[in-house]
Amino acid sequence: MMSDYRVQGETGEWEVVIGLEVHAQVTSNAKLFSGAATAFGAEPNTQVSLVDAAMPGMLPVPNRECIRQAVRTGMAIDAQINKWSRFDRKNYFYADLPQGYQISQLYHPLVGEGSLMIEADEKAGIPEAKRIGIERIHVEQDAGKLMHDQHPTMSYVDLNRSGVALMEIVSRPDMRSPAEAGAYVRKLRSILRYVGSCDGNMEEGSMRADVNVSVRKPGKEFGTRTETKNVNSVRFVMAVIEGEAKRQVALIESGGTVVQETRLYDPDRNETRSMRSKEDAHDYRYFPDPDLLPLELDDAFLAECRESLPELPDAKRARYLAAGISAYNADVLTAEVESALWFDALLETGAKPVAAANWVTSELFGALNRLGKSFADCPVTPAQAGELLGLVADGTISGTIAKQVFEKMLESGDGAAAIVEREGLKQTSDTGAIEAEIAKVLAANADKVEQYKAGKEALFGFFVGQTMKAMQGRANPQVVNELLKKALG
Amino acid sequence: MAIDQATVRKIASLARIAISDAEAAAMEGELNGILGWVEQLGEVDVTGVEPMTAVIPNRLRLREDVVDADPLTGGNRRDDILANAPAPQHGFFGVPKVIE
Amino acid sequence: MMTDLTNLTVAQIRDGHRAGDFSAVEVAEAFNANVAGAKALNAFIVETPDHAIAAAKAADADRAAGTLKPLSGVPIGMKDLFCTNGVQTTAASHMLEGFVPRYESTVSQKLWDAGAGMLGKLNLDQFAMGSSNETSYFGNVISPWRRKDGGNAALAPGGSSGGSSSAIAARLCPAATGTDTGGSIRQPAAFTGISGIKPTYGRCSRWGIVAFASSLDQAGPMARDVRDCAIMLENMAGFDPKDATSLNLPVPNWEAALSSDLKGKTVGIPKEYRLDGIDPDIDAMWDAGIAMLKDAGANVVEISLPHTKYALPAYYIIAPAEASSNLARYDGVRYGLRDLPQGAGLQDMYAATRADGFGPEVKRRIMIGTYVLSAGFYDAYYTQAQKVRTLIARDFEQAFASCDVILAPTAPSAAFGLGEKMADPLAMYLNDVFAVPASLAGLPAMSVPAALNREGLPLGLQIIGKAFDEQGVLNAGLAIEERAGFTARAEKWW
Repeated sequence: MMSDYRVQGETGEWEVVIGLEVHAQVTSNAKLFSGAATAFGAEPNTQVSLVDAAMPGMLPVPNRECIRQAVRTGMAIDAQINKWSRFDRKNYFYADLPQGYQISQLYHPLVGEGSLMIEADEKAGIPEAKRIGIERIHVEQDAGKLMHDQHPTMSYVDLNRSGVALMEIVSRPDMRSPAEAGAYVRKLRSILRYVGSCDGNMEEGSMRADVNVSVRKPGKEFGTRTETKNVNSVRFVMAVIEGEAKRQVALIESGGTVVQETRLYDPDRNETRSMRSKEDAHDYRYFPDPDLLPLELDDAFLAECRESLPELPDAKRARYLAAGISAYNADVLTAEVESALWFDALLETGAKPVAAANWVTSELFGALNRLGKSFADCPVTPAQAGELLGLVADGTISGTIAKQVFEKMLESGDGAAAIVEREGLKQTSDTGAIEAEIAKVLAANADKVEQYKAGKEALFGFFVGQTMKAMQGRANPQVVNELLKKALG
Repeated sequence: MAIDQATVRKIASLARIAISDAEAAAMEGELNGILGWVEQLGEVDVTGVEPMTAVIPNRLRLREDVVDADPLTGGNRRDDILANAPAPQHGFFGVPKVIE
Repeated sequence: MMTDLTNLTVAQIRDGHRAGDFSAVEVAEAFNANVAGAKALNAFIVETPDHAIAAAKAADADRAAGTLKPLSGVPIGMKDLFCTNGVQTTAASHMLEGFVPRYESTVSQKLWDAGAGMLGKLNLDQFAMGSSNETSYFGNVISPWRRKDGGNAALAPGGSSGGSSSAIAARLCPAATGTDTGGSIRQPAAFTGISGIKPTYGRCSRWGIVAFASSLDQAGPMARDVRDCAIMLENMAGFDPKDATSLNLPVPNWEAALSSDLKGKTVGIPKEYRLDGIDPDIDAMWDAGIAMLKDAGANVVEISLPHTKYALPAYYIIAPAEASSNLARYDGVRYGLRDLPQGAGLQDMYAATRADGFGPEVKRRIMIGTYVLSAGFYDAYYTQAQKVRTLIARDFEQAFASCDVILAPTAPSAAFGLGEKMADPLAMYLNDVFAVPASLAGLPAMSVPAALNREGLPLGLQIIGKAFDEQGVLNAGLAIEERAGFTARAEKWW
């Protein structure tokens, strides 16, 4: 089923066609072609080598890890890996581009055709799962940074980012709504983080997207697209698409034509504007970088890349579904690599998948939210959680008591069994003690007993609750049920 | 294919070299002479011939992912980077203000 | 003590110093004096007598300590295309006037590590673009040679390594570094009666050499004879992990394996290098060279390099294309010249800086390179040229199936007068017709002086070898050197 997202114009409905070019910073210690560090937030121009500053006579030598990470990413989207690729120079002049060219890959990219799956999300308007094509991934250098507000007549150039490795991940124009584009970016980010090839940190600029948008009457030829550069959050990507589609429809319907151009998004005004000033002389004169030979990958290199790939979100999700975990919980657990890995470790302690998934998505997520923590600094280990869930599973404590125990675990850092022991929270199946309490409850509620016996069976739950309360939650609920049924005859 | 002065000016603009009209006029003749001469390459039958990639058989070597392993290709040398800068500014390179 | 230390070769200086015949400081002082007295040649952009003396003192101390290095006591000239730490490096351009690198090129570092000292930075064609050393921002280099016609016409020392060739021929230094992109070592060597070798592409690291055309640029030595070239090259070549195109091969002991006995070797004579209307002196020298190699025991065969006539046009697409991109970094932002007209923006600053900082020939090549790479022309020019380059390399490969080295003239003429070819860029380019094919194929090639022409000017023979076979080239060069008995030198007039 196709997306039914439409822009309503005066002449009828318009369909939106979206393609994304995502620039993802490759996780590496050193830059793509030099030994300077890539860490975020350093003093200006300290992480700059003679190579990055394009001093005369400097030469690039590619970083193996950057190539490896791009290949692993390609494998994670089932893409064709090109054993023979080349670096090309993209020539243009700008103050943040010291060489006067960016080393990129136009003619022979490292990674060819692949795809990823976005899941159905009825609420967001994605009726069913959809495969989004990815045309290519190539490796290229990032540019430096310009600062405009430090001096009345000058801009300042910081080259710390100059030469940092980027993957440019180019999608097919397969998306038809802001929601699909948002889901695509989230899924891509999730895959990159599973693979470990990009930290996905959009605030720090580790991931940003160029958003290509065009509109057409449903089923007709593609319209002319615009490209909005450097959009740095999922929310903004969706906002750009929504705004740009409306702008294009209004433009066309008022008799204008969309021009192929580069636009810039202003989040404060939530609108895009043309960068036409820069369009005048774009002729990048791409040609193979004569400082670099063709990049040839051997089978051993590719095998290592493949073997080092972790279980990816789709496979993990399928495994969770097969274990009986709900689709919702499976989505939540697999969305971020940290929660998925934590959950897998919990399963390894022998925890029952469904109960464990419910506990993690409700109790643990709740606690982390409340404490402002994440799985990276999770206050309980999977082993500790496994111990707690084990106590519930073997009937030592009830679910209700488990909540109390978990709170005490968070407070004290002690183990679940130790807390249960110390606080005497062990659930009892001592029929004598339970029968004594049941007798008291029934005696104190003679009227309700009458009503129950007269057929108001819903009151059974009331008696269970009262008994459990009297037992301070420590009674085995199953035993309570049985004894109550017997007592109420 | 002969180029005219407008093309000369366009190329000069792409190459970011300011040229006067007189220079453009002179260059028109020179460039046409040179380009006319190199165009004899068109007569060569290159059917099935791959463009040269590596003149001497050699494989592209890759560097290990180690920071500052060699000071000549590593960072942390801001003074050296800025030593010849025409307008160094508090650790930055200064350029005329760019309006984006 | 010998009367004139500056007449000694590198090997003689090395050996004499080792033997205690003279001190390294004496050698350095003698060459420093020659450099200081030869301003008229304009061979140096910067003189560094202190550097030479410091290295000489270290060499003398090393001799006393018994820790001599391969080039201890030998002062040399450094082409000003090699970045030298703390010493101005200009590529003979206004653009880099005043630029003082904080790093040392791999090749120059190797030479200093081997004990050599630096007499100064040698003049060259601007950004190594030229064949006569007339494109330098710092003025023409003058050849020490003059025609024996009674006139005093200033002659070109060749280019782009014209400072190197002039300085060696005039005994201002016993050896110097050069770089060869399309003949820039061999042609100036031929013009000035000295030797020079461009090794296999990748032998010498390009790291720290101001780039002209990356796929062609190769450093190599220039000196008075073949042995000195071997000694110098041993101390310049070697694997460098900082250059992705560097060859990861051991450096052979070329000097030790020098042998002029060519028995069992076959020399190829490319028929396409016989040009109609060429100077008969050139053909005569070539024929003499063939006889010399036969005399050395070699078998001589005619070979064919069918795409020879396309080498120069292919070169004049590929080299400018690479140069147009390599020279984009000279933008006035991080180093070098900045020309900032009143109220100019960034792009205006670029255009003004580059208009002011580059000379006419550099601009011409940047323009050609920009044009041939521009949208719509890339395949017709650049891709076609790289395909032709493949054919040229294939020609050599096929030729080397039937011979070990190739013998040809280095240049189609002797040195021409300054100004004679400046009006016509094409005529200047054609001077590299014999040198460019080996550059396009990345092959080792050297020029050795073989004869004087009727005007009394030196002519050079070129030996082209198989990839990695510098030894074969040097040995054939030695065979010619021994038989040509070239002892002529320019009479001192400066």
